[in-house]
Amino acid sequence: MDEIAAGLVRAAEMILALDPTVVEITTKSLAIALTSTAIAAILTVPIGGLIHFHNFRGKRVVVNLIQTLYSLPTVTVGLVVFLLLSRSGPLGSFGLLFTPWGMVIGQTILIMPIITGLTIAALSGVGPAVRDTAVSLGASKFQAIFTIMAEARAAMLAAVLLGFGRALSEVGVAMMIGGNIRGYTRVLTTAIALETSRGDVELSMALGIILISISLIVNLLVNRAQGNWWS
Amino acid sequence: MIEARGVWARRGGTDILKGVSLEVDEGEILAVIGPTGSGKTTLLRLLNLLDHPDGGKVLFDGTDVSKDERSRFSARRRMAMVFQKPTIFNLTVEKNVSYGLRIRGVSGQARRDRSRAALRDVGLSGYENRRAFSLSGGEAQRVALARALVTEPELLLLDEATANLDPRTAETIEDLIRRAGGDGLSVVMATHDLDQARRLSDSVAVLVGGEMVQMGSPDDIFERPESDVVARFVRARSGW
Repeated sequence: MDEIAAGLVRAAEMILALDPTVVEITTKSLAIALTSTAIAAILTVPIGGLIHFHNFRGKRVVVNLIQTLYSLPTVTVGLVVFLLLSRSGPLGSFGLLFTPWGMVIGQTILIMPIITGLTIAALSGVGPAVRDTAVSLGASKFQAIFTIMAEARAAMLAAVLLGFGRALSEVGVAMMIGGNIRGYTRVLTTAIALETSRGDVELSMALGIILISISLIVNLLVNRAQGNWWS
Repeated sequence: MIEARGVWARRGGTDILKGVSLEVDEGEILAVIGPTGSGKTTLLRLLNLLDHPDGGKVLFDGTDVSKDERSRFSARRRMAMVFQKPTIFNLTVEKNVSYGLRIRGVSGQARRDRSRAALRDVGLSGYENRRAFSLSGGEAQRVALARALVTEPELLLLDEATANLDPRTAETIEDLIRRAGGDGLSVVMATHDLDQARRLSDSVAVLVGGEMVQMGSPDDIFERPESDVVARFVRARSGW
């Protein structure tokens, strides 16, 4: 118990003193997760829109498949991306294995189903009355689609924030694709795993507190986006 | 202006409209009355070209606009509809009202001026910057009406547009509709309020069970019903 208390005090000191290691690992984590989220959002919000606004054979199967992939194990994505990026793999010539960009690719693949699925759910939640109102006021097909997306903006923002939360907190892709190289691909989750195994509990706790704090902020932002700031 | 020629609407195996025909001229106010479930809303949706008829056709200015999407879109741009339960966008009141102008590419200042004038007409001056979701049902209905009128449509379709309003506001809206009719706007209004239908309209259509059982002047409908069905309906609903 004393060890935990001492660890918390030391962790607080490291955070308040802006310990260079803590700052470096945190900024690296944020940069990689934010880049992955931005790329995934750019790719998947339109895909979610296309799936929602078009009726095609097997649509329900596609949506079910996407929802199943929400809980895709991070180590499975890590393994697949590792095989793709490894020297003998089809993308080996790009030299992306054990680089931040390799991690971005892995995290992007990991969170694409979440953002796609939640975008479809967000658009489905708008209801046909919005479309009818827009069309009855003279909106073209694309203007009506844009109006529906604008009405779903809060839920779509929540989808992107949840994707960011998943990217930031995952460990499998970061470890397998990044390789946990100090000062290069070491991020919050992999650093916590490593420092705990090495016995540096203070640093692990400091990084853990930061990770939880960021998750808390993301969660508050999700609630804010959905209009439930205080609940 | 607009004509329905033998339109049919089928929903889930049930015929909601059975070969309904009607015609509305420029500046004419037509009230569509009938019991609940008689097909009034379905008829308005077909006239607004939101739904395709399962039979018959809808003509706008003499052109069949039932099938071709481009002609439907062009015709829709010349009309507006206010629904019984209006959908208000999650925007400010002014942005809701200016929606139809924005999608038509009307510039910022003209959009603001026209939206503010429309809000004044429905008695909502000063509401411009309020979030539309904070409005009461009656206020939302008036915003929906302002949003429809601001586009200066040639045909206005109203589905129980004054049902949620207090008598004084309903009177203001009726004045607005009457004036708009005088300015050449054609209006088709579905209403349960037979007194309102008699006060406001140039002609009345009675829908019962998806069939048009009589169409004529208010005096014809209320004083000289052609069938027992119409007579029973107008006498049961009105105080006369």
